[in-house]
Amino acid sequence: MDETDSRRNFLYIATGAFATVGGGLAAWPLIHQMNPAADVLALASTEVDLSPLAPGQSITVKWRGKPVFIRHRTPEEIELAQAADPDDLKDFQPDSERVQNPEWLIMVGVCTHLGCIPLGQKDTDAKGDWNGWFCPCHGSHYDTSGRIRKGPAPENLQIPEYVFLDETTVKIG
Amino acid sequence: MADSQDHEHNKMQLKGVMGWVEYRLPWVNLLNNAVGTNYPTPRNLNYWWNFGSLAGLALVIEILTGVVLNMHYVPTAEGAFASVERIMRDVNFGWLIRYVHANGASVFFAVIYLHMFRSFYYGSYKNPRELVWWLGLIIFFLMIITAFTGYVLPWGQMSFWAATVITNLASAVPVVGTDIVQWLWGDFSVGGSLLGRFNSLHYALPVAIVGVAVIHMWALHEHRSNNPLGIEVKGPQDTLPFHPYFTAKDLVGVGVFLLVLAGLVFYAPNILGEPDNYVPANPLQTPNHIVPEWYLLPFYAILRAVPDKLGGVIAMGGSIIILFAVPWLDTSKVRSAKFRPIYKQFFWLFVIDTLILGVVGANAPEGNWIIIGQLATFYYFFHFIVILPVLGWIESPKPLPDSISTSVLGDKKSPEPAE
Repeated sequence: MDETDSRRNFLYIATGAFATVGGGLAAWPLIHQMNPAADVLALASTEVDLSPLAPGQSITVKWRGKPVFIRHRTPEEIELAQAADPDDLKDFQPDSERVQNPEWLIMVGVCTHLGCIPLGQKDTDAKGDWNGWFCPCHGSHYDTSGRIRKGPAPENLQIPEYVFLDETTVKIG
Repeated sequence: MADSQDHEHNKMQLKGVMGWVEYRLPWVNLLNNAVGTNYPTPRNLNYWWNFGSLAGLALVIEILTGVVLNMHYVPTAEGAFASVERIMRDVNFGWLIRYVHANGASVFFAVIYLHMFRSFYYGSYKNPRELVWWLGLIIFFLMIITAFTGYVLPWGQMSFWAATVITNLASAVPVVGTDIVQWLWGDFSVGGSLLGRFNSLHYALPVAIVGVAVIHMWALHEHRSNNPLGIEVKGPQDTLPFHPYFTAKDLVGVGVFLLVLAGLVFYAPNILGEPDNYVPANPLQTPNHIVPEWYLLPFYAILRAVPDKLGGVIAMGGSIIILFAVPWLDTSKVRSAKFRPIYKQFFWLFVIDTLILGVVGANAPEGNWIIIGQLATFYYFFHFIVILPVLGWIESPKPLPDSISTSVLGDKKSPEPAE
């Protein structure tokens, strides 16, 4: 009796395990189809000509469907960003880690709270208490390095991967 | 064998083609047992018992109008907004069908909320109807997802940014948050890929709602309707056949329901909507104030009451999940608030609290709204976690009547069971 019982149990468990693993494998294509498709991944980089931008001017370009803020910073803004007291920074990062060339601040213009687009690209926009960017949705303030200073956002504005192809051309992504 | 004899006994005698079909597929019999003369219903049901059938009607209206809207709708980021405008301007009666669909969703939620408050007041979720309550909550949850995905389809500014903010809630999950969000989006941002899957879900989930609604009614028919006295049916003198008594009563509700819906559609079709949604989606510009539709405002207020991203998401989910525990959190053996003098007052406080949450959700989270929202959120959970169990222990309910018939008919002995 015992022997047939254990033999039967073994068969139950083995069958059950195969069905579970098989079910999981069959479910994976149904789940993975929702991840970014090959054509979406292929469109992942953008080249931008920076030559028309004078110091103090910004442009917004679209990269992977998201706005990327490119700012030609003025010497005062660079100084402000570099002089920030580390104790004031919620998500500590020195300005030097956020730029390749201090004149050019390039970052993803999506608030790290719930994904709204911060204001501050136009001269007439509200720029927040640190003269950088301000998110109107839930009131996050970013400084001239795009670092979070005040409000509910947990992190600094994200820096995309980019390379300068020459003096005035940058490739994002 | 006894079963098949009962079957024969209850069966209507039908002749000709009807009889031929009935012998093979007893659908007349099924309807008769479900909503006909063979379904005994407590004779004291009041108009608060109309909202179940009205919810069913609203679901049918939404599915019919939705199926035809989808014939004209283009689920792409480039085409969606223009196709909705084409429905409004060029498609024959498109404006009517779309307004009925959009306002029908609002009326559907209004009916469901009244249906749920009816359960709270009369203790309908209590033993033995806990699973009827659970199945209703599952329908409610499916309705929220369906309504949210539907709100995104016109691809206006509110559609786009509601989709952005709500899908970004998943980024609150530690470590894998970003991967989950990109999986939801199928992209690195909200775009056509999300719109396509929302369109698919918006079409598929109502099918699930129909399925769960059938199981909801199946479970209901086992122990049948609760009633305003909250006491058990003791015999045929306590009931009336569903048809014609409650089919007629339900039809009165249908008339009022259709008047309200027609009033909205023909006189104020956009009063419940946001003007911003008539601006095409712009991924580079966020509207100043993002709000959901009115029926989700209380949950939005709870989300924002917690100053932490993950905490807010947990509180919002918890506000729905806690409803599943209500049959056990409410420790009182007495169902109806009619006989619970203290609970009756707390019931109305709870109603007021949900209304306050709704108002808070509609306002920008600034100044006093933040603290009011936090207090109202606290009270929402306090009502369920503390007030409901404690009241059951300390409250002394009023004496219950002997039976439904004596309560309804006074001293008249054994009324005629109506045919």
